[in-house]
Amino acid sequence: MGTLIVCPDLYIIGDKMFAEQFPIVFNALNVGFLQTIKLFFVTLLGALPLGLIISFGSMSKLTTLRSITKVFVWIIRGTPLMIQLLIIYYFPGLVLHNPIWGGGEGGRFGACAVAFIINYACYFSEIYRGGIQAIPQGQHEAGLVLGMTKSQIFFKVKLLQMIKKILPPISNEIITLVKDTSLARIIALQEIIWAGQAFLKGSQGISGAIWPLFFTAVYYLIASGLLTVLLGALEKKLNYFR
Amino acid sequence: MPILEVKNISKQFDNTPVLKDISFTMEKGTVLSIIGSSGGGKTTLLRCLNFLEIPDKGKIIVNGEELFDGEKNKTFTDNDFRLRRLHFGLVFQSFNLFPQYTALENVALAGKLLAKERPDFKTNKDAIYAEIDESARELLTTMGLKERMNHYPHQLSGGQQQRVAIARALALKPDILCFDEPTSALDPELTGEVLKVIKELANNKYTMIIVTHEMSFAKEVSDQVIFMDQGIIAECGTPEDVFDNPKNERTKKFFTNY
Repeated sequence: MGTLIVCPDLYIIGDKMFAEQFPIVFNALNVGFLQTIKLFFVTLLGALPLGLIISFGSMSKLTTLRSITKVFVWIIRGTPLMIQLLIIYYFPGLVLHNPIWGGGEGGRFGACAVAFIINYACYFSEIYRGGIQAIPQGQHEAGLVLGMTKSQIFFKVKLLQMIKKILPPISNEIITLVKDTSLARIIALQEIIWAGQAFLKGSQGISGAIWPLFFTAVYYLIASGLLTVLLGALEKKLNYFR
Repeated sequence: MPILEVKNISKQFDNTPVLKDISFTMEKGTVLSIIGSSGGGKTTLLRCLNFLEIPDKGKIIVNGEELFDGEKNKTFTDNDFRLRRLHFGLVFQSFNLFPQYTALENVALAGKLLAKERPDFKTNKDAIYAEIDESARELLTTMGLKERMNHYPHQLSGGQQQRVAIARALALKPDILCFDEPTSALDPELTGEVLKVIKELANNKYTMIIVTHEMSFAKEVSDQVIFMDQGIIAECGTPEDVFDNPKNERTKKFFTNY
């Protein structure tokens, strides 16, 4: 940090020097970022499989099921995630008088996880549907005439081809999700934006400091950079077939 | 006893009849070619035999065993049809190899999945798999693909891909092997190498039904030829009967234009 203090007045914000502030802020942001990461992984873990189920619903032969699924996906994709978060968090307590989420951080996290999983599952379901429908009918029929069951055809023949097709759009959604987690701030989930903003209002003896909020961008950049590299490598790995 | 008896098969799509009362029989070890202009119902007939389409009416009897009766079998489950499909093999016009598997894996995959239904699978798994791989290698060698076994479909020419597809269908030892215009997606040079393989199969007395537009090939390789037109069998007989002395007006016209 020594080099940073060469020009101290640039970094003195509030009543403490940058060098003194940095460890405090760094700590707080790490704690916030842990919550961000938790929400990110819980969302993926729930939304990736749930999306597949929703995509089967939207391709069902049963007209009622297909219609219900399509209307549901339309509503979720057609409204802001922020509104969905607010409704899922406040509706049970304020309207139904049954505050299922409780007041604490755990309750807020639960509400966020549900809202994010439902929202992302709907986006994923449409990507899956595109991927499944892009596989030529001939692949299915080749499996049938070779005596395979429908589930064998799905898992042994179609699934990998589908993963290869959907990986680029799914990667896109995953990178978006990293940044979308910041919406959880709206119900005061203590993720990284919340943690950075705390120093603007005043926390641990630091107040009026805007740089911690700006500094959170570095976390997002590193996270999305890592994911870009990782997903790119996976895409490359599937290049062995066409 | 004929290996295949088809009795009064009918099929319509959206009230448009595509197959009208189709009946024929074939003997074991013979080759039947089905010719005729596009839209005549040839492909639909093959797809009905492989239960990719379910006939509305009629019977399909293989080796004396009634596989399907349109009167009775409307309620067949997916699994009923799956087991019946195993009597037939089908080679597609567009090959339909599985792109993520090598030639060898394409040929061995279905056999390995079916082996799971064998009672001795759990105890003999390794031996069963080794045996399936070995016979897949042999099949690909007879197809002239010894050096290409570990290539992926996109690394093979169209003719090579189709030969892998033939090996894949043969691997399950079907009673009757069907070909749906097997060379229509190939250029003349590649067509030759695929037809050569089919001729060899005919010499080895495989029972085959071939839908084709290769007239000289059909004449040379077949024991029996069916000319289909607008969903019916317009003419049926030996290659000499159908090609050299057609009796039906529609057949005569087809050969004039051809």
